[in-house]
Amino acid sequence: MTKFRMTRRGILKGAGAGLVTLGAPYVFTKGAWAEEFCNDPSKGRVVFGFNVPQTGSYTEEGLDQLKGYQLAVKHINGEGDGGILNTLKPVALKGNGLLGRKVEYVTGDTQTNTDVARDGARRMIERDGAIMVSGCVTSAEAIAQQSLCQEMGVIYMSGLTHSNDTTGKDKRRYGFRHFFNAYQSGVAIAPILAQEYGTERRAYHLTADYTWGWTQEESIKAATEALGWETVATVRTPLGLGDYSQYLTPVLNSGADVLILNHYGHDMVNSLPQATQFGLRDRQANGKNFEIIVPMFSELMAVGAGDAVKGIIGTSNWHWALEDEGTKAFTKSYGEEYGAPPSQSSHTGYVQAILYADAVERAGTFYPPEVIKALEGFEFDGAGNGPTLYRDSDHQCFKEVLVVRGNENPSSKFDVLNVIGKTPRDKVTYDPSIFGGELGPYEPNQC
Amino acid sequence: MVSLSRTDLSKLAIFAAIVLTMPIWLAPFGAAYPGLMQKFAIYAIFAIGFNILFGLTGYLSFGHAAFLGVGSYTTVWSFKLLTMDILPAMALAVVVTGIFALVIGYFCLRRTGIYFSILTLAFAQMCYSLAYSVLTPITNGETGLLLAKNDPRVLDALFGASASTDGLPHPTLLGGSISGYTGFYICAVLLIVSFYISQLIFRSPFGLALRGIKSNQTRMSYTGFNTKPYTLAAFVISGMFAGLAGALLSVTDPLAGAERMKWTESGNVVLMTILGGVGTLYGPVVGAWLIKYFENIFSAINTNILHSFLSFLPDGLEQVVVAVLSKFVGEGWHLTLGLLFVLIVVFLPGGLVEGSQRLARWLTGRLKGSGAQPHPHPAE
Amino acid sequence: MNAFLAQLLNGLDKGGAYALIALGLTLVFGTLGVVNFAHGALFMLGCFCAVTFRYLITLETVTIDPENLSPWGTPVEVRTPLVQNWFGDFGAVLVDYSVPISILLAVPAMLVIGIAMERGIIKHFYKRSHAEQILVTFGLAIVLQEIVKSFFGANPIPQPIPSDLRSAADIGVWLGMDPHTLTYPWWRIVYLAFSAVVIGGVFAFLQFTTFGMVVRAGMADRETVGVLGIDIDRRFTIVFGLAAVVAGVAGVMYTPLLAPNYQLGMDFLVLSFVVVVVGGMGSLGGAVAAGFLLGILQSFASMTEVKSLVPGIDQVVIYLVAVVILLVRPRGLMGRRGIMEN
Repeated sequence: MTKFRMTRRGILKGAGAGLVTLGAPYVFTKGAWAEEFCNDPSKGRVVFGFNVPQTGSYTEEGLDQLKGYQLAVKHINGEGDGGILNTLKPVALKGNGLLGRKVEYVTGDTQTNTDVARDGARRMIERDGAIMVSGCVTSAEAIAQQSLCQEMGVIYMSGLTHSNDTTGKDKRRYGFRHFFNAYQSGVAIAPILAQEYGTERRAYHLTADYTWGWTQEESIKAATEALGWETVATVRTPLGLGDYSQYLTPVLNSGADVLILNHYGHDMVNSLPQATQFGLRDRQANGKNFEIIVPMFSELMAVGAGDAVKGIIGTSNWHWALEDEGTKAFTKSYGEEYGAPPSQSSHTGYVQAILYADAVERAGTFYPPEVIKALEGFEFDGAGNGPTLYRDSDHQCFKEVLVVRGNENPSSKFDVLNVIGKTPRDKVTYDPSIFGGELGPYEPNQC
Repeated sequence: MVSLSRTDLSKLAIFAAIVLTMPIWLAPFGAAYPGLMQKFAIYAIFAIGFNILFGLTGYLSFGHAAFLGVGSYTTVWSFKLLTMDILPAMALAVVVTGIFALVIGYFCLRRTGIYFSILTLAFAQMCYSLAYSVLTPITNGETGLLLAKNDPRVLDALFGASASTDGLPHPTLLGGSISGYTGFYICAVLLIVSFYISQLIFRSPFGLALRGIKSNQTRMSYTGFNTKPYTLAAFVISGMFAGLAGALLSVTDPLAGAERMKWTESGNVVLMTILGGVGTLYGPVVGAWLIKYFENIFSAINTNILHSFLSFLPDGLEQVVVAVLSKFVGEGWHLTLGLLFVLIVVFLPGGLVEGSQRLARWLTGRLKGSGAQPHPHPAE
Repeated sequence: MNAFLAQLLNGLDKGGAYALIALGLTLVFGTLGVVNFAHGALFMLGCFCAVTFRYLITLETVTIDPENLSPWGTPVEVRTPLVQNWFGDFGAVLVDYSVPISILLAVPAMLVIGIAMERGIIKHFYKRSHAEQILVTFGLAIVLQEIVKSFFGANPIPQPIPSDLRSAADIGVWLGMDPHTLTYPWWRIVYLAFSAVVIGGVFAFLQFTTFGMVVRAGMADRETVGVLGIDIDRRFTIVFGLAAVVAGVAGVMYTPLLAPNYQLGMDFLVLSFVVVVVGGMGSLGGAVAAGFLLGILQSFASMTEVKSLVPGIDQVVIYLVAVVILLVRPRGLMGRRGIMEN
């Protein structure tokens, strides 16, 4: 084999050139370290960073979330009709911007990829001077961004993330979640399942083979077994498989009479219609009608499952047809702006941006530890989910959880789901210690 | 017996100057922030390494992302188990990736052409699928491997350098913090070193042998030349570069996710290299920068920015221009990238670097006014 | 036994789809020598032929009633489908059978798209390196899918199965078992039969027509055929069109099983390459054999019994089979020496 002999002269030359140029640009960067905290808006603009998937499988949910954020910025700045600023109680925002300053925003595309999401968040923080970052449609994006934001000392308000880990094992002091989680789905759906399908059922789980799928399977299994249901089998399916036939045929003669699909998004859009095509819902098993359950509905994607969604029970964070004042106010201003009803994805984004702004207004400063303290333990109402608590010990919101069912006679493509039950907040409240994790310090890092 | 020629040394010097002055010349393009510049340097290392295999031997690997992933996971595990210092982490990552590449290369290099490509793709996709699901105890699956406060960190504990803050520890270089611009300069220096190594390989007898394999492997072996050790060495070196890039990804941002191993990442580095120019020294670097720039900057341009940028236009015209442009930026940035691929490969054969050289020659030829075209356009 | 038969059916069904998608790809390799990364995009365009057809025949007259407001505050729209107005019951049948009928749209549309692609771009790349072919076809694939995205959005658009074929067939009864022991969806049976017919058709076309003979001769020795005064380029254009049509109709019939979205092509791209290479580059028979082999093995690897022996096997089985076959047989199942080996 060949040997390299690096000449002494060559190395010295190279090293020298490197060192000389290496020294120079440090001069330009020195000033960046003088701030009291990262991106202090008192010296510049007030910028929010909205980082959602704009390409890839979850584009529609990402773009709808972005619409929610844009509406929130409008309302904070006093443009439009004010939306839930009129219904939120208590509210410190006056519709004149944030601490009297106009809020601006920057956007990014996460491609539903954790690396790209973190790249986007870093751009917002390092280049655009964002004081707060928000947005995601998967838990992996949420956890990746909130751990980055903790490092940088910038508050992260997560968007659509359903895994227990976001405010459990991987919770962070700088990360906040308004959306509900898999554990709450399990607790919320159980009473309705007992009421609809009885307490003597044999369930077969098909679970997407990654972290979110497992936590959901675990939560739903625990909740249904507490009802007296028996779990026949739990089978893992590869993520993004497309054709599920090889996992569906074994269900037919397994002795189960309920199929629980722990699938989200595209997985659900494919597996649910295919299960229906295999005639599962036309079958009788153990003397009962065979049923399919999708514990967590991806609302916009449910349209992609077509007729198969009709009659299927699942849970949801929020629905535009709710009757409370907050929902009405948000649905109205969103409908006027975009000509369609909002999804739960845009709702959670909208509410998160408003809640952050309100906390800043209440704290009277952008200094993150003070804002965090203003959000921790904040009790509010009128944002669409009834009385809600931002719990201080894990930064999870506690509120009613909706149980929904696929609409048998949808009047439009926005009318896919019907709300059939609400599980009250105290039922879905749990002890934060069951998931472990540690929030970390308040003190901000210098970004 | 390799020493670089004067032209090569000046190329290296120019390259070093370009890389180290990034914070200055990238500023007008809106890309002069540490996060992106680190990515520029890291993916350039990745592409330089890929080019050593593909550019020199012609073996097109579709599984290089696996090495990126292995490098990242090794680094984070080193942070978790040994120490937060980046030197052992990077060294370990390069070594582990090298061994991994040796095993995979041993099998894949039994085949050539597209059969080799699919073998590498298959190995990498297996790594990705397993890392995402059954290997979750090692990789933490979908969420990605993160640091935790109660990790053992044996070496740090041994030297009593326990984290004094109550947050998570940060990666350090010999005790100093490496966040922000420091992180970029570490990546930049390593990029320059990588470029230097790649120059050495290109100019060495080893590199010549690899080129011989590319142009005609059969003839090489008929002359009694055993090509296997050479291709395997190139594969392992190239894998180690990818491992270094993966390590740097985790050094600048201590997280390792399975998505780094997906085939789209492997495809990305192939595109970067071809876009810039296969087998050229600068090409892969240029390609890497261009694709990363699009991914990070073009995707962030929304209609608001367009409106403020074009506010000098009359109102009606502005609406139209914004409506048209918004199809190509923000959520439509993929379209621009796709068009760019097609246009570059159609009009600049050989990639950006070779294409621009050809363009320059053609222009100078025109300026001299010589009737005879000295360098005819290649037949298509 | 039932479980075994059911998985065999699943495997055949998957295999049919894999073979059908790979067929066009290997045809283009074998004849034109082009690495076509846009093949997945052609499959996706086929799917969207079905979507477009359904969109066209379910066009409605929309009248807006400004008095009546929807719950989210916009005026309610009253819709009446045109086809039903014009054709009555026949229109309803047309809508019901939109997926199979849209093949009538897909065949000419895909032929035109394929020929346009070949004439416009691909033909300039016959003599360029494979790397450049990859870059240009990949770029083309991105452009095609972004165009589809801007028209149809990013969400999957479900296509219904004709109501007569929506239920599951009780195959067990045909084999003398008890009712309901082995049922299988009608549409999947239709798809299997359809893929068999198309594969057979392509083989017959290449085997028994003069055109096919010339193309096969061109595959074997392009230069000699050219010297004989045959315009092989024009025929290769048609071959590319044919490959596009096969990918397209495979997509059309697949839409009820997998709601199409603009990224579908990329999901199938890697898979179809694996199938083609395992079968052997440029070998039609090899692609079909490999398609069925991979489909069947994938089905059996997903059985709980197998998974408990080898955890995670269902995740990697396709790639594992590809590795084993390529290491045992240098040029896949039926590949010829020298094609795409350097």
